[in-house]
Amino acid sequence: MAQTQEQKNMAPILSVSDLNLHYGEAQALKGINLDMAPHQVTAFIGPSGCGKSTLLRCFNRMNDLVESARITGSIRFNGAEVNEPSTDVISLRRRIGMVFQQSNPFPKSIYENIVYGLRIAGVNDKATLDEAVERSLKSAAIWNEVKDRLNDSALGLSGGQAQRICIARAIAVNPEIILMDEPCSALDPISTLKIEELIEELKDKYTIVIVTHNMQQAARVSDVTAFFYLGELIEAGGTRKIFTNPEKKQTEDYITGRFG
Amino acid sequence: MKKFWKTGEPYVLATGSALAIVLVMTFSLIGVVISNGLGYFWPKELVRFELKDGSAALGQVMQHEKNPISGEHRLQLKVANRDVFGQDFRWIDEQEITKRTLPPDAMLLERREHGNYFGFLKGVNAEGLAVHATATPHQTLELAMKWVEEKSQATLKIKGQMSDLNNRAERLRLKLLKLEYRGKEKNSAAISELTTEREQAMTQFNRLNEQSAAAHEEIARITATFEDAAGGSKDIALSEIIALQRPNDMSFPAKCGAYLERVRELLLDDPRESNTEGGLFPAIFGTIMMVLLMSVFSLPFGVVAAIYLREYAKDGLLTRMVRIAVNNLAGVPSIVYGVFGLGFFVYGIGGSIDSLFFPERLPTPTFGTGGILWSSLTLALLTVPVVIVATEESLASIPRGVREGSLALGATKFQTLTKILLPMATPGIMTGLILSMARAAGEVAPLMIVGVVKLAPTLPFDGNFPFFHMDRKFMHLGFHIYDVGFQSPNVEAAKPMVFVTTMLLLAIVIVASSTAIYLRNRMRRKYTTSTF
Repeated sequence: MAQTQEQKNMAPILSVSDLNLHYGEAQALKGINLDMAPHQVTAFIGPSGCGKSTLLRCFNRMNDLVESARITGSIRFNGAEVNEPSTDVISLRRRIGMVFQQSNPFPKSIYENIVYGLRIAGVNDKATLDEAVERSLKSAAIWNEVKDRLNDSALGLSGGQAQRICIARAIAVNPEIILMDEPCSALDPISTLKIEELIEELKDKYTIVIVTHNMQQAARVSDVTAFFYLGELIEAGGTRKIFTNPEKKQTEDYITGRFG
Repeated sequence: MKKFWKTGEPYVLATGSALAIVLVMTFSLIGVVISNGLGYFWPKELVRFELKDGSAALGQVMQHEKNPISGEHRLQLKVANRDVFGQDFRWIDEQEITKRTLPPDAMLLERREHGNYFGFLKGVNAEGLAVHATATPHQTLELAMKWVEEKSQATLKIKGQMSDLNNRAERLRLKLLKLEYRGKEKNSAAISELTTEREQAMTQFNRLNEQSAAAHEEIARITATFEDAAGGSKDIALSEIIALQRPNDMSFPAKCGAYLERVRELLLDDPRESNTEGGLFPAIFGTIMMVLLMSVFSLPFGVVAAIYLREYAKDGLLTRMVRIAVNNLAGVPSIVYGVFGLGFFVYGIGGSIDSLFFPERLPTPTFGTGGILWSSLTLALLTVPVVIVATEESLASIPRGVREGSLALGATKFQTLTKILLPMATPGIMTGLILSMARAAGEVAPLMIVGVVKLAPTLPFDGNFPFFHMDRKFMHLGFHIYDVGFQSPNVEAAKPMVFVTTMLLLAIVIVASSTAIYLRNRMRRKYTTSTF
């Protein structure tokens, strides 16, 4: 209860209102209204195909890549409309980073992976890049594992390490929000634990939105949980409340494992 | 029984034997080519046959076989001396032979004209040469050969100067043509200046020409008398002789030396005797240069077209039609490309270039005739679908996540393409390049009408400005095979050359593709995932 109170006092960094999304004829998101407060971890849960990843991809306009996608309604990032055609998608994506379900390191060295976002933004100063690499690898808790082989290919890393490299890569450009799309679904329990600890630490600097299938994970890492079902936001609130005392029957059924 | 079919064993067997058949066919083809090609240069023994009718023959045994009519064994003998006997080969029935010997002093002469000569040295006519009175004819011959060699080197120098002068005169002539074309009166001063300059060059050329002719005459006076197996004798000028050996008297290392010398000649010398003898250097050079030029044209075009098709074009009906059309272009007969090249490149573009830039030379065409540039472009057209398909496939096989990862970091589509997608697609693009290079190197039909010739007097690349002469015609190994094997006046004598040429063409293709495969594998190691 205390957490929800706290959330209400802060101006939302991301604010979704009346958001509808269609893939061709099919409606994937139906009238979503949701606010996300800065420096908090928001978890999206729900069964497969409920629209949670789709919503996540609306925040940095990754749905632009899908030709058939049509969006109505509004998403405001720090008060500015995201869906406007005039919005600078490049700078938007620089401010809202993303980590994917499958770790996707580029076929380059670890160093070049981390500085990729900076280089494409035109930063080529060696000292700045070195500093960014060390800072983001330390933030992603992988500095000690890779500091001696920064010039090795990032493709040689294990799944968990590669995923943390991807997180470091997202951090390197200093975003305000990090979107995580089921970041642990392809990882073993130990790697998952490391990523979860990392999310806890990153919360101080960044706002995190995480999509997860794993309800225990949502309970462990998030401050706020939103439950989606068939494209609708069923219920959102403080994580403890959602997991202990949900308001809606559907939420309770899902959390207790009766379906999904 | 049903169970046996269900196990799948028979299918495995069937696929395995299909592979085996393909392998056997491929390797026997390569084996035939290599064994015939490699054996050609080995100095074969000269056998002297005495026959029942009292005559004798000297030659190299080429093959044994059963006479299809009489059923007797007979052998084919290369007797050479085409100018004396009228033909290089004859058949001898085994029963006719009374005696075989290997005379140690039997000589094999490689001549500039009329093919080889087999016979025995009788004497040397070395007027004006200091020869020891006690010297044997063979020693005298050796000495005289050395002298002739030195003299020839000197005339070669003169020849080089002459060719430079000739080039200069030709350049001046073209300049004159241009000035005259622009208006005789206006440029009369410049024209007369150039005319005198050209006349000077021509006089100098004529003087050198006389010198060279005199030197030739002096050299040609030195002759040697040989006697063939039939008893006829012949005077041969030493300058006509390229190499001489006594194969029956040669040790094994000497034979190896002779073999290597022939290989060197093959790779580095010009062809002789309507391509049936001598080297293949112009054809090797032409083939490689044509293939490289072709790659320079087809690779960027193919890659750019594939990028547009895969990354930028909307996936509609039109795109799909274009894709199908591109795939089917590979099925168009190559001669059709040749005809297109002739009409579009040679007559269309080449003709326009001539009328725009070289109008003074008309009606002599410069670019409006077949040449290495048009040949490469025609073959580039032929191979560009391969590059497009390979590039498209490799772009399509890049995981979506990598693209999205780059875009999510704020990269533009173009940055994603150049920094991530193209490097990752490079191994696939290389595969396309390898296939297209192999195809281009082996293609003959379209080249025959857009620039390949039987004998090109000059290479498309030399020391004269502007070094690359894209308008020149060139020689090509594939065409050489056709020409030597089927268009030569003496097919039997040219047969080994066909095998050697085929072998060389195969070798070039293998070397080129191995290099490309090596590079591709290195890149593949760099760009493929090895997560565990």
